[in-house]
Amino acid sequence: MKDINELNLPEDVKYTKDHEWAKADGDTVTIGINDYAQDQLGEIVFVEMPAVGDSFSAEDEFGSVESVKAVSEMYMPISGEIVAINEDLEDAPENVNEDCYQSGWIIKVKASDLSEMDALMDKAAYLEMLKG
Amino acid sequence: MMTQRPGTKGLIFNEPNVWDKSREGRCAISLPKADVKRSPLDPALTGDTPDLPQLSELDVVRHYTRLSQWNFGVDSGMYPLGSCTMKYNPKTNEVQAARQGFAGAHPLAGDECSQGALRLMYDLERSLAEITGFDAVTLQPAAGAHGELTGMLIIHAYHAKQGRQRSKILIPDTAHGTNPASATLCGYKSVNLKSGPKGILEPEAVAAIMDEETAGIMITNPNTLGLFEENIKEICEIVHAKGGLVYGDGANMNAIMGVVKPGKVGIDVLHLNLHKTFSTPHGGGGPGSGPVAVNEKLTPFLPVPRVEKELDTFKFVTDCPDSIGRLHTFYGHFGVMIKAYAYILAMGAQGLLDASRLAVLNANYIKESLKETLNLPYDRPCMHECVFNDAKQQEYHISTMDMAKRLLDYGFHPPTVYFPLVVDGAFMVEPTETESKEDIDQFIDAVKAIAKEAQTDPEKLTSAPVLPKVTRLDEVAAARKPCLRG
Amino acid sequence: MRYLPHTQEDIQKMLAVAGAGSLDDLFKTIPDAVKVKDGLNLPEPMSEWELNDYMEKLASENIACKGYTCLLGAGSYDHYIPAIIPYLVSRSEFATAYTPYQPEVSQGTLQGIYEFQTMVTDLLGMDIATASHYDCGTALAECALIALRKNRKADKIAVSDLVHPSHRQIIDTYLKPTGYEMVLIPHTKDGLTDIATLETMDGIAGVAVQSPNFFGHIEDLAAVKKIADAKKCLFITSFTEALAWGILKNPGSFGADLVAGEGQSLGIAKTFGGPGLGLLAGTSKLMRDLPGRLVGRAKDSNGDDGYVLTLSTREQHIRRERASSNICSNNGLNAMTAAMYLSTIGKVGIREIAQLNHDKAMYLKSALTGAGFEPVFDPPFFNEFVMKAPENFKQKRTDLINRHCLFAGLDLAPYYPELIDHYLFCATEKVSKQQMDQLAKEVA
Repeated sequence: MKDINELNLPEDVKYTKDHEWAKADGDTVTIGINDYAQDQLGEIVFVEMPAVGDSFSAEDEFGSVESVKAVSEMYMPISGEIVAINEDLEDAPENVNEDCYQSGWIIKVKASDLSEMDALMDKAAYLEMLKG
Repeated sequence: MMTQRPGTKGLIFNEPNVWDKSREGRCAISLPKADVKRSPLDPALTGDTPDLPQLSELDVVRHYTRLSQWNFGVDSGMYPLGSCTMKYNPKTNEVQAARQGFAGAHPLAGDECSQGALRLMYDLERSLAEITGFDAVTLQPAAGAHGELTGMLIIHAYHAKQGRQRSKILIPDTAHGTNPASATLCGYKSVNLKSGPKGILEPEAVAAIMDEETAGIMITNPNTLGLFEENIKEICEIVHAKGGLVYGDGANMNAIMGVVKPGKVGIDVLHLNLHKTFSTPHGGGGPGSGPVAVNEKLTPFLPVPRVEKELDTFKFVTDCPDSIGRLHTFYGHFGVMIKAYAYILAMGAQGLLDASRLAVLNANYIKESLKETLNLPYDRPCMHECVFNDAKQQEYHISTMDMAKRLLDYGFHPPTVYFPLVVDGAFMVEPTETESKEDIDQFIDAVKAIAKEAQTDPEKLTSAPVLPKVTRLDEVAAARKPCLRG
Repeated sequence: MRYLPHTQEDIQKMLAVAGAGSLDDLFKTIPDAVKVKDGLNLPEPMSEWELNDYMEKLASENIACKGYTCLLGAGSYDHYIPAIIPYLVSRSEFATAYTPYQPEVSQGTLQGIYEFQTMVTDLLGMDIATASHYDCGTALAECALIALRKNRKADKIAVSDLVHPSHRQIIDTYLKPTGYEMVLIPHTKDGLTDIATLETMDGIAGVAVQSPNFFGHIEDLAAVKKIADAKKCLFITSFTEALAWGILKNPGSFGADLVAGEGQSLGIAKTFGGPGLGLLAGTSKLMRDLPGRLVGRAKDSNGDDGYVLTLSTREQHIRRERASSNICSNNGLNAMTAAMYLSTIGKVGIREIAQLNHDKAMYLKSALTGAGFEPVFDPPFFNEFVMKAPENFKQKRTDLINRHCLFAGLDLAPYYPELIDHYLFCATEKVSKQQMDQLAKEVA
């Protein structure tokens, strides 16, 4: 497993305490799990995703990621409606391991209140939390 | 000096999937003569014949004989799988269960035509009640997890009868993995309870979270660290004081037969695993049997039908208004009950006590013999199993899994690994009482030799096993693209 | 005791290593207050020959003797079991192994169960079959729970009242603490599920119909499927007689989403009702919702073929309180038995045996009709059917048991109180024309 200083944590996304990342583009927010989460889980074999059109509040569970020996639930960083899911993951869940911020994105959400993004952590705050 | 290891060389046969041996027109069954006239069904109702393999009798015999040779069973060698009680499965038990009067018995033949079966069930219930110290027993649950569900349904029904349902259940971190799932099926939320530094529950911790919203607690005793919950009596009192019930997971009963009667120390309901404690074979994953024992307070809630005795005849009774209902199409796994009862009859009171004592002796002997070799997180007298981990091997980048796989090459089935979850990299050894000192010494020697290899020749471990039919399998690829049929 | 290998010398040596003075000393962590004081009160241990005598005595108190004729079905069937089946399945390597958690030394169990899953999917026309459950009733209850979990807006499951009465009771037991409800679909005067009533039911997550049903009749599964689709609920079908699929159109061909079945007919002794074999199959869409174990194909590190337990994240030991079921063990050895049986009878045998069952049942029905029984229902059946008996039959039935060890049908009144004097008969390939003629003669 990676050491904390080996983690790939981009500056241009926000982080949650449950190790999701979120990146806003207008009012559309792309969400995935971060490098720490994918590294902890190990080789991911399945990503359970919601349906397009489903609505969630911040901190609601929206899906799960499975490795051979573990399951981890994913929670919404912000409130909103699902506008897209990464269908490629059905055949290639390994994308989450290989590139969790690009080809391994999980859902896109139309945010109902973009200001909720402000409550999320930036890289420095997230690192601080990990070092706990 | 290393004694001779059981694993050696051998000839392993390849064997394709059974359908690959199929040849049009072969049939391995002797078909009965048609002594009545053919009555074709309406073609609108009939379908294609299932595409089953077509084989001769020898084809079938050879196929399954070869498959069996790729398996490791208790009869092949030591199988110290923690929490599973892989003791010897006496062969006479199989003979008893195969008797025509039992094996041929139809479940709906009627009570008067089934007196032998009913008497056996009744007497087995009484024996299990005596061994566990409870008032009544149901044999209906088909497996341990089914027994757990039964127990939770009983707790749920009890609280409903009191007029106020509760919402939570306490589950210690040393409980069996099935416990939370069983509780969820009854709509209870699991509340995790941490064990103390000695690896057992502390009454203060229970008292701090036990409240009147909590239906009860699920305790495995001895727990999955192989330690006896010394405060069991006090914990039961705390839970009872708040109106809760105590569920006992009796999967580890093999340690305490004739030593402790769970029903006498405050536990309200307990399940047993006949396929662990009472010597019935595990069958590569069942069928098992998970009887549930209860005290007087909970007897009305037992599943139906119940077996009752009137003078010297036996009958099924279904008229029990508070019963949780039925859990099995008929009466449970009767075939397994026969084997367990045969075991109890052959052992007697002294035999069962001796079995527990020797199971505990074997585990403590292993614990003391290996604690310099493997890290022992809780160095206390254990019950029937002991839990090590790989802390000492980590510096050589060797994990519990590597040691487990290397044990296969030495001819031993590995212990349970990565369970219980409270110990990182757990290596959980349950030898059972039926292993002799020589076999256990061989096992100890093998673990020591492997620990040495971890230092000197770690690749032997990371590339293990090399002797079985297959090497380590790619479980990730298997799960990413599941192929569940041929 | 012959199962315990320790000599006195072994015990002393081992105690010394364990740092205990005596065997009792090993239990010093157990407070005295919780220890048993006066031992266990159990019968004196029996020698092996005493055990043989005692068990034979008990077995002979059951009437399942050598010459017995079993015209009972209702979930437990009297089929012929070829000698090789018990012979092979009792091989120690199968019988004394645990769940195949160490796949390298469990390839026998794993390949055997993989082949079992494959043959069950062929038999039922379904995409996926699990590695088995306890029995049909518990498998059906699991199916009901799957439907309720998938369809969160609905809180009811519609179940035909011609589903085996015990299976309905099991569903009831499983649902009681959940707040979900089972609603019964009544049956028509023809002894079939009343599709018209089903059509009026709302808020259902799934519909469960047994075929052949408890009366033996073949249901119109296509009609059930249509309604299930219209109501957007899962179509569950169950069965108790697996050999019916040797000849009847299988559940998959009717578009079943989930199938629960009893596999006892596939080479497993009746043994007073258990252990049998719960079968559970589903569509690939429901793969991750199925409870219980699944075996999948895998490659080893040399690239050779092998098998592993897979998709285990659905299971309780990983998902704990979030698991889809608490199921842990299955009826693995009976699944192996069924695979052996299906390989033995093969494609030719299963059709012939299925046809023979139907032939014998047709003959028995007509023989009983000739003897004064009334055929109350008309729909086609496989090997079970209902007859209304003449008035004096109850006593004659008892006489037949006492004199000939012949069990002539199951009294239906305890299950369907309106069906007084109605009996459910079953004929399998094992019953001879001569036995059926004798029955007809005795009851006429």
